[in-house]
Amino acid sequence: MTTRIQKEARKESLLINMGPSHPAMHGTIRIMLELDGERVLNSEVEVGYLHRGFEKTCEHKTYFNLLPYTDRMNYVSPLINNLGYVMTMEKMLGIEAPEKAQYIRVIMSELSRISDHLTCLAAMAMECGAFTVFLYKIKAREFIWDVIEETTGARMTTSYIRIGGVRADFHPNYEEVLNKAIAETRKVLKDVHGLLDKNKIFLNRTRDIAVITPEAAINYGWTGPCLRSSGVYFDVRKTFPYLVYDQLDFEVPLGERGDNFDRYMVRMKEMEQSLRIIEQAMKKIPKSAAKTVAKGMEAAEAIKASRQKRVEKKIILSPNLEGSEKDKYQDILVKSKKYIVPPKEDTYTSIEGLINHFQFFMREHGIRPPKGEVYFAVEGGNGELGYYIVSDGTEKPYRLHVRAPCFHVMAALEELIQGHYVADVIPTFGSINMIGGEMDR
Amino acid sequence: MEKKKILKELEQQFAEKIRGTSSDFGDDTLIIDRESLLEVVQFLKQKPYEYSMLLDLTCVDHLGQEPRFEMVYHFLSLSAKHRLRIKVPLSEKNLSIETLTSIWKNANWLEREVYDMFGVRFYGHPDLRRLFMYDGFEGFPLRKDYPLRKRQPRIRLRK
Repeated sequence: MTTRIQKEARKESLLINMGPSHPAMHGTIRIMLELDGERVLNSEVEVGYLHRGFEKTCEHKTYFNLLPYTDRMNYVSPLINNLGYVMTMEKMLGIEAPEKAQYIRVIMSELSRISDHLTCLAAMAMECGAFTVFLYKIKAREFIWDVIEETTGARMTTSYIRIGGVRADFHPNYEEVLNKAIAETRKVLKDVHGLLDKNKIFLNRTRDIAVITPEAAINYGWTGPCLRSSGVYFDVRKTFPYLVYDQLDFEVPLGERGDNFDRYMVRMKEMEQSLRIIEQAMKKIPKSAAKTVAKGMEAAEAIKASRQKRVEKKIILSPNLEGSEKDKYQDILVKSKKYIVPPKEDTYTSIEGLINHFQFFMREHGIRPPKGEVYFAVEGGNGELGYYIVSDGTEKPYRLHVRAPCFHVMAALEELIQGHYVADVIPTFGSINMIGGEMDR
Repeated sequence: MEKKKILKELEQQFAEKIRGTSSDFGDDTLIIDRESLLEVVQFLKQKPYEYSMLLDLTCVDHLGQEPRFEMVYHFLSLSAKHRLRIKVPLSEKNLSIETLTSIWKNANWLEREVYDMFGVRFYGHPDLRRLFMYDGFEGFPLRKDYPLRKRQPRIRLRK
């Protein structure tokens, strides 16, 4: 069981393991380096330490039940992962979320993108020794996660974007929190630009290191900020617009040299564009059609009353169902009852609601897409996040495959670090933003 | 309409090599034989189509059907802004296909993953080993006849 590099290495060179448990190899990955002094002659990347059998598990789950598993793919931008899966299903089912839900999705996925980029660059900067930058960026991410928490109820494992729409409407005061997050992120971005852009230490460690040509990047199947850093214009949001991205105004920043610094810069500029998108979406988002009723019936009271006759009054739901009240459903979910969880008010107070509930959740019921196969991709934090689903007409996917963007980027790592110093491995690895959960699946 | 045109042109170009085409759910698909895979993808990579990016490469196990396996390739053309799917049926008896590593570099890892999960062998692959699973893993986990909770025998500690 010798590895490739053990067989191929020259006798006189030093073999060294970086990872799988190494502070800079975040996400558990093993890089075996063949060294001549400090120089990397060859390397071999070993992945799979985070393989959980995602695809196999999904084949044994219903279309609705597998949604939480998609959160765990790219755990710094779970909402985009939800979105990718959900939109693939919507393409298959031929449904489209209501306009308000689409704007919510755009805002949430841009927030996720910012948090993804912030995490990536924070780690990259920290590994280059810029600990201040790390703290600043994590601070900004905290504000963004506050918005995510306020809306979805969770910080990382959100499962918020559902087939047919989103789980809940925005919190009534979301604008305040969101504006604060935008302002704080802007401030942090300005600070970080000041700290790093002309910082000699940072430049020395990133400029002209791990350069990739546009041709090679395309050949490796790179997408997202890494591909754009080499100067290739490709963004799924522009090339294959989904949701309401074609109605929003934003730019796609490009790099020139395709080195570590460009990957840093493209991400920084992309965050500014994401903030722009969020601001536009906030202005354009349709007002809720639901009337706000101040007072309603207690849930227990309503269930009791429903035994006598149908309850017409508004029912107060438990706080953790906030935003998914029955009257908000028209804004956030499709009308067809086949694809969505029925409102809790109906489930507990009417017989039709209860039947709908069971028809959605009961074994051998639920969402049943037509036979066939479909591929759909969204622009994830790292690039084109694609889902390929084969349906055999039952309630479980026959095959579900994820095109993980960082898988393709990582495949090029051996070539990127060849000929550089051991110390260069770390910013290079940081700049390509490998997410173990997404790559190993 | 543009997309349909591409399928039609390809049908004319490779008349006898194409087993079928479809555009279900708007995804343009081409089904070809294993022997003509290299020729077709090399043709597609050139102008005027320029499917220069291998987006994804995976396999589907249709247990109980003949041919049992199906390789699925997704290509992207940046100039035409179009994705194309190519499917190649593979029978279980002769589970092997030409590698694409000479044309696309990311095919190296993608094919290793398919080999790891399905046991498809790739002719001419420079380093065909398991990617996610460890050496000594028995069976191919994404095949339909591999049980969900199957236990694996213990292996020796790596030296």
